[in-house]
Amino acid sequence: MRQVLAIVPATTLGGATAVAVSQTASAETAGPARNYEPTFFTAPEWAFIHAAVDLLIPSDNIGAGAIETGVPEFLDRQMETPYGYGKLWYMQGPFHTDLPPELGYQLSLAPRDIYRHGIAACNAYCQKTHGKVFAELDKSLQTATLKAMEGAKIEFDAVPAKTFFSFLLTNSKEGYFADPMYGGNQNMGGWKMVGFPGARADFADWVDQYNTKYPYGPVSISGAKG
Amino acid sequence: MAIKKEKVDVVMVGLGWTGSILGQELTEAGLQVLALERGAMRDTNTDTPYPKAVDELKYAVRGALFQDLSRETVTIRHGVGDTAVPYRQHGSFLLGDGVGGAGFHWNGMMYRNLPEELEMRSHHEQRYGKKFIPPDMTIQDHGVTYAELEPFYDFAEKVFGTSGKAGNIKGKIVTGGNPLEAARSNEFPLPPLTYNYGATLVEKAMRESGFNPYPTPAANASQAFTNPYGVRLGPCNYCGFCENFGCYMYSKASPQTTILPVLLKKKNFELRTHSHVIKVNLDSTGKKATGVTYIDAQGREVEQPADLVLLTAFQIHNVRLLLLSGIGKPYDPQTGEGVVGKNFAYQYNGGINVLMPKGTQFNPFVGTGAGGVGMDDLNADQFDHGPLGFIGGASIRHVRYGGRPIKQTVTVPGTPNWGTEWKAGVQDAYQRYLTIGLSGSVMAYRDAYLSLDPTYRDSTGQPLLRMTFNWHENEHKMLDYIGNRMEAVGNAMKPEKVFKAVRKAGSSYDVRPYQSTHLTGGAIMGTNPKNSVVNRYLQSWDVSNVFVYGASAFPQNMGYNPTGLVAALAYWSAKAIREQYLKNPGPLVQA
Repeated sequence: MRQVLAIVPATTLGGATAVAVSQTASAETAGPARNYEPTFFTAPEWAFIHAAVDLLIPSDNIGAGAIETGVPEFLDRQMETPYGYGKLWYMQGPFHTDLPPELGYQLSLAPRDIYRHGIAACNAYCQKTHGKVFAELDKSLQTATLKAMEGAKIEFDAVPAKTFFSFLLTNSKEGYFADPMYGGNQNMGGWKMVGFPGARADFADWVDQYNTKYPYGPVSISGAKG
Repeated sequence: MAIKKEKVDVVMVGLGWTGSILGQELTEAGLQVLALERGAMRDTNTDTPYPKAVDELKYAVRGALFQDLSRETVTIRHGVGDTAVPYRQHGSFLLGDGVGGAGFHWNGMMYRNLPEELEMRSHHEQRYGKKFIPPDMTIQDHGVTYAELEPFYDFAEKVFGTSGKAGNIKGKIVTGGNPLEAARSNEFPLPPLTYNYGATLVEKAMRESGFNPYPTPAANASQAFTNPYGVRLGPCNYCGFCENFGCYMYSKASPQTTILPVLLKKKNFELRTHSHVIKVNLDSTGKKATGVTYIDAQGREVEQPADLVLLTAFQIHNVRLLLLSGIGKPYDPQTGEGVVGKNFAYQYNGGINVLMPKGTQFNPFVGTGAGGVGMDDLNADQFDHGPLGFIGGASIRHVRYGGRPIKQTVTVPGTPNWGTEWKAGVQDAYQRYLTIGLSGSVMAYRDAYLSLDPTYRDSTGQPLLRMTFNWHENEHKMLDYIGNRMEAVGNAMKPEKVFKAVRKAGSSYDVRPYQSTHLTGGAIMGTNPKNSVVNRYLQSWDVSNVFVYGASAFPQNMGYNPTGLVAALAYWSAKAIREQYLKNPGPLVQA
């Protein structure tokens, strides 16, 4: 129990001091994400990832965006996990890819394959259609391309455009909202945007405080305060 | 050559809820009991202590406590003539893994069934006439009544440290509880969990709409509690990391927090983890089991002789093991003959999503697994189905599970999925959006069943289990009706807007979004060997020293969560083994 108390001081110890600390912390502005050298993504892929996630979760007056919270780092690190290699899924054939979508994911591709093929296919499409790769297009053309992928208005050979988009969006949100130990959500920017107190996870004295704003900022699993 | 181990009195396949209950009961009777668990040992202090436990990505998204689908899954198809394909990723249901099974990462919703739910065919024929049940609907009676199970529900609630409020004690209606529940012998062992703000609003709206709201029964301890085995549970602290997670507070009932601390210390109990049972072995007559064969951690085949074989794995695993072992006749949907795999059912869920006015502060991260407000007015046969033309209903509840940002930042329909508008939508809905969940029953049908897949295999080379399942018109009609009734409750909350989330008639079962892990049937209980796999004591009709536990015994599925009935049936069966079977091994019910 000692560890619990050390890491969740605000609600258990309570009082004005904790509120003051929290307010100071949340007032600081988040800087750019820390430097990170990708392991999986190549330089052109890394440029694509940056350009795409900046549109999926932009930095704006609502809160931090994907770039400053390190979503690209999260994505790169996930590619090196069992998830990235498709090891969490049943991946034995035969693979029937012509069935109704209600029967679920039926491709033979792991996330690493989906990103590798998807980025290459999207860049080839942009090059052919607009004369430049995705990262070099202006934002309106990039947005239009992402929307076309999301709505399956364009087709790629190696991976369905809609599937690639779906992984990119889902994994970006994971990075934005997962504990910072995974590389994203740096400075707990994703949690602050939504108002989630992170790993506090102790609300016995808050359940019956009806319609009252919760005053404490987030903490991470490592014990850092946001 | 297989390694052969020394014979034990009882071998159990799987150590989740039913294995823990049976292990405890049968070691108390002096038997030597061995549990073979294919997964790893796991426990609160080693696997899910704070703050490691509150990792949404690891547990709720990547599923660290779920079954490793790369090794084994099921295949699914909608119709009898279709090709089934593997359930490659976790979605619609979340299978458990390791000691405790799904009982380690469940919510803790601990319901008793309503009496009519155990007598579905006879009750409906009596009230509405024989023609009321459609010809393809193969519902039937459990063969055991609520009155018979009541003492076992009562004991299970105490073992689980269940929080709640009685509404009917021995026929006397008690204020504050569920007046529609069947009579219970005692009050809940613990008072209900505290309502959050949202629950108070839903409670008021339900009451104003003429319904009977009550605090939902939760195996999340509202106070510190010592159960009948002397195991202590801690008080729930509303951490918001319950389902999909292990409980770092020792508040959510799991085998680990209620039974195993006592059971694992017993001299006449042994647990072998990483022991994957592949077959129940039968003697030359095929009428008696001699034990089981399993694959150990080193990949060796091991034969384990036993007098009594208990299938205490999850529903689908029990059914698959019966099929792989050749116990009972497999069900054939063409002829309606055979029983193993018959009457596979699920749940048909929806929701009423309520957006309250701006400025509302729900603090959604304050959550529990099962504590909230519920109502049974539209459940089972608590209302007149005569003019409605369907069978079944829904258990309805508002429980705030948490405000975890990856999976629980829901936006109102029409919000874009990305960009600034998505962020604005998430931020706006987070504090003022709530769901009233509609957990609908699913009846049994001639074309919904389980069998072995002809193509796909697990990592040991054995066929996967195949589900043949789709929705039927009865369930569409049921939730359409209930959705409309409950939309009125949403509107009574004086919201900004209400969104009814109910499937369109004719839509197919979708394996992708989470719905519930309440898979039922396939080794159903009943009154005779022609209509069931096991008798009223969960004993195999064909092989009398094999008993099959869990929701595989349900002839059709309820609106309630299954664990209460699963636990009550396990205790009921344990008593029959202790008091009848051990004195005179053989069939407890004459066919």
